Amino acid sequence: MNLVPESPPLLRAEHLSKSFPGTKALDDVGFALRASEVHALLGENGAGKSTLIKCLTGAYRRDAGDILLDGRSIDPKDTLHAQRLGIGTVYQEVNLLPNLTVAENLFLGHQPMRFGLISPRRMNADAEALLAQYGLAIDPARQLDSYSVAVQQVVAIARAVSLSGKVLILDEPTASLDQHEVQMLFGVIRGLKARGLGIIFISHFLDQVFAISDRITVLRNGRLVGTEPTANIDRLKLINMMLGRELAEETRKTGRVAPARTDTAKFRFEGMGKRGRIAPFDLDVHAGEVVGMAGLLGSGRTETAELLFGVSGHDGGEARKDGRPVRLASPRDAVAAGFGFLPEDRKSHGIISELSVRENIVLALQARLGWMKRISSRRQMAMADDFIRRLDIRTSDAEKPVGQLSGGNQQKVMLARWLATNPEFLILDEPTRGIDVGAHAEIIRLIEELCAGGMSLLVISSELDELVVYSNRVVVVRDRTHVAELVGENVTAERMVQAIAAPEKASAYAASSETVS
Amino acid sequence: MNARFLRRIAPQIATLAAVVALIAFVFPGFFDISLANGRLYGSPIDILNRGAPVALLAIGMTLVIATGGIDLSVGAVMAICGAVAAWCVRQDYGLVSTLAVSLSAGLACGVWNGFLVAVLRIQPIVATLILMVAGRGIAQLITEGAILTFNHEGLIFMGSGAVFAIPTPVLLWLAMGALVTLIVRRSALGLLIEAIGVNQRASMLSGVNARVLIVAVYMTSGLCAALAGIIAAADIRGADANNAGLWLELDAILAVVIGGTSLLGGRFSIVASLIGAMIIQAVNTGILLSGFPPEFNLVIKAGIILVILVLQSPALRVATTFIKPARSLR
Repeated sequence: MNLVPESPPLLRAEHLSKSFPGTKALDDVGFALRASEVHALLGENGAGKSTLIKCLTGAYRRDAGDILLDGRSIDPKDTLHAQRLGIGTVYQEVNLLPNLTVAENLFLGHQPMRFGLISPRRMNADAEALLAQYGLAIDPARQLDSYSVAVQQVVAIARAVSLSGKVLILDEPTASLDQHEVQMLFGVIRGLKARGLGIIFISHFLDQVFAISDRITVLRNGRLVGTEPTANIDRLKLINMMLGRELAEETRKTGRVAPARTDTAKFRFEGMGKRGRIAPFDLDVHAGEVVGMAGLLGSGRTETAELLFGVSGHDGGEARKDGRPVRLASPRDAVAAGFGFLPEDRKSHGIISELSVRENIVLALQARLGWMKRISSRRQMAMADDFIRRLDIRTSDAEKPVGQLSGGNQQKVMLARWLATNPEFLILDEPTRGIDVGAHAEIIRLIEELCAGGMSLLVISSELDELVVYSNRVVVVRDRTHVAELVGENVTAERMVQAIAAPEKASAYAASSETVS
Repeated sequence: MNARFLRRIAPQIATLAAVVALIAFVFPGFFDISLANGRLYGSPIDILNRGAPVALLAIGMTLVIATGGIDLSVGAVMAICGAVAAWCVRQDYGLVSTLAVSLSAGLACGVWNGFLVAVLRIQPIVATLILMVAGRGIAQLITEGAILTFNHEGLIFMGSGAVFAIPTPVLLWLAMGALVTLIVRRSALGLLIEAIGVNQRASMLSGVNARVLIVAVYMTSGLCAALAGIIAAADIRGADANNAGLWLELDAILAVVIGGTSLLGGRFSIVASLIGAMIIQAVNTGILLSGFPPEFNLVIKAGIILVILVLQSPALRVATTFIKPARSLR
């Protein structure tokens, strides 16, 4: 594992920038991958990981900057081109054809020929030999989907490496694997590293990152936070880099000290949980209170939000509003109880892109009123105009399809949709992600206003500084469990990072890595 | 609102006008309309009358397609409901109970499709394919393999009668189209259906009861198909389980597509679909009138429809937007 420090980078990106309407997805990012290196790429959703990968693999064309492979500037036009240049990618969702055989998947597009026809026998023999290099003894003539996801993953890797052979990008390869399968995959990765490939490893499982990677690059909000050798970094420092808090510097803002609340909470959730998604938790939310929720991606934040809004249903426990039990078996139940929910994935779970700003704003209220009680066109217009003015939604008019608005303005339309229903409890999952700076500040101000107006809010955010600004309390989630609740003086980014990071788990992967290497 | 509505249906109106003009050019007697036996006769009336089944199917199909679904079973449902109606009158049921039983059969078919799509979450094209195949079998069981003929005045009136000189089928599809359009646009159904069609997940997260609405649109489609089936049976005074409504599901889908509603769901216009149905029937009638040998019919029809769809295609729209500014530069 002793890398020669001055070994020239295999793949290098310099001053890479990429913008989308309303957001700068990558801003002057530099990145270098050496040969024989596993380089982890980390960051929360929207940090720019996937944009960086897509620029490297030609799925996106960069706006500015340079990409150098073996010291030569390249400009991949599409993924196929990148593949030919030597950059192969394996995605979380295996991008193979499950109904073809393993061998056909490996050689699709360049099958071994005999007399102008594909020779299945040779193809299967070649496939067997190829897979043997990966320690995989399976029958290549069988259909791909008769094997586990882990095996499919390795087949995808084998295909990518045989086609490209210089750089391998693994995008969340372990997301649907169990511990044992992860071990097997790591064995394969280490083998490829020994063969001199440069491997970019994307995962949000920090244990795995520490176990397999040589260096770590962290992105945040489209910008490079830093690249560090894994040996020089610990969990605490890494989480700090990801969630954007240099502990050494600057004033530590404390949250607005919560009034000592002795009254009973307006909303009480007791023992709510769902097997496999989130461990049972208790949560109280008072009127006029913002409860922040901090945790890494995949920690159970979104699962908590979806549980409370009735999206996933819950196994046990009870929800009470003003002391009376409420049913939360579906979003309709939650809406009827006065809940509102701003999902994290705005594009596919939030906006109805082809419908107008007006229609998007009235939708939740209309759904709650039922189809018989149509909101009159005049009132719809008045509501839309009112929210466009109040939230400063930038649109030419209320009839513009919401999909044509910028991210920040779409988010405001989503907020307007819920505010129109006059909710008593609003759940916001990453309300400020992927939106421009101006809209960002406005949404934070709005959260404070709503809270002052007596509304209860649960706000999930990866921006710890932001949580400090508006949260009365912060719940910390780790490994699908609510692990800590910070109140008053303790609502600081530092405390949150500690709660997210600790305790250092004995890594199952690290232990076995010694036996392999 | 009105200007926007006109702009929405303008391409369909223009297409219909072009097709009619073409027919009138080939067949000068096209616009001759006469009154005989208290009923209007003539080619335009014939188009309106013959187009009734597809027009009715297109009403329900528009709503189904707007939710992002499709209903392949409507032709078979026509056969079932026609058979049910014929069976009823042969059992000496009155007209009202015959219609009630037959329309209920259509609604039941809709519930079945809706259940498969909304509750079991089977892909609509597969879910409705089941009834498309099985439906003809069910209809054959009802007719016991024969063509069930009948001579019931009331039922025959549904197919070949006239009210105020206008053929009953024409009134039926106009009334059904107006009724469904009114219900959908005067209530919030239109908005909710479009929301589901564009993004079902987001709609459900906003509290929209997508499941119930999806069942409702398939029920509407079943009801429209039942009415079309009754007309088709009444027209030939018998229920033909094998041929009633055969391939009409495809014409209905085509009518919706010509009407400009995306097969991916979302924005819809029933009026535009109805004009689409009339365009298809005008093409059918026009080919017959123009005196081409009948064996050319299907090929010519396909050719004309291809032209219509190409004219409406987004690719062409993009091309014309590139051409226009270039011209204005001169």
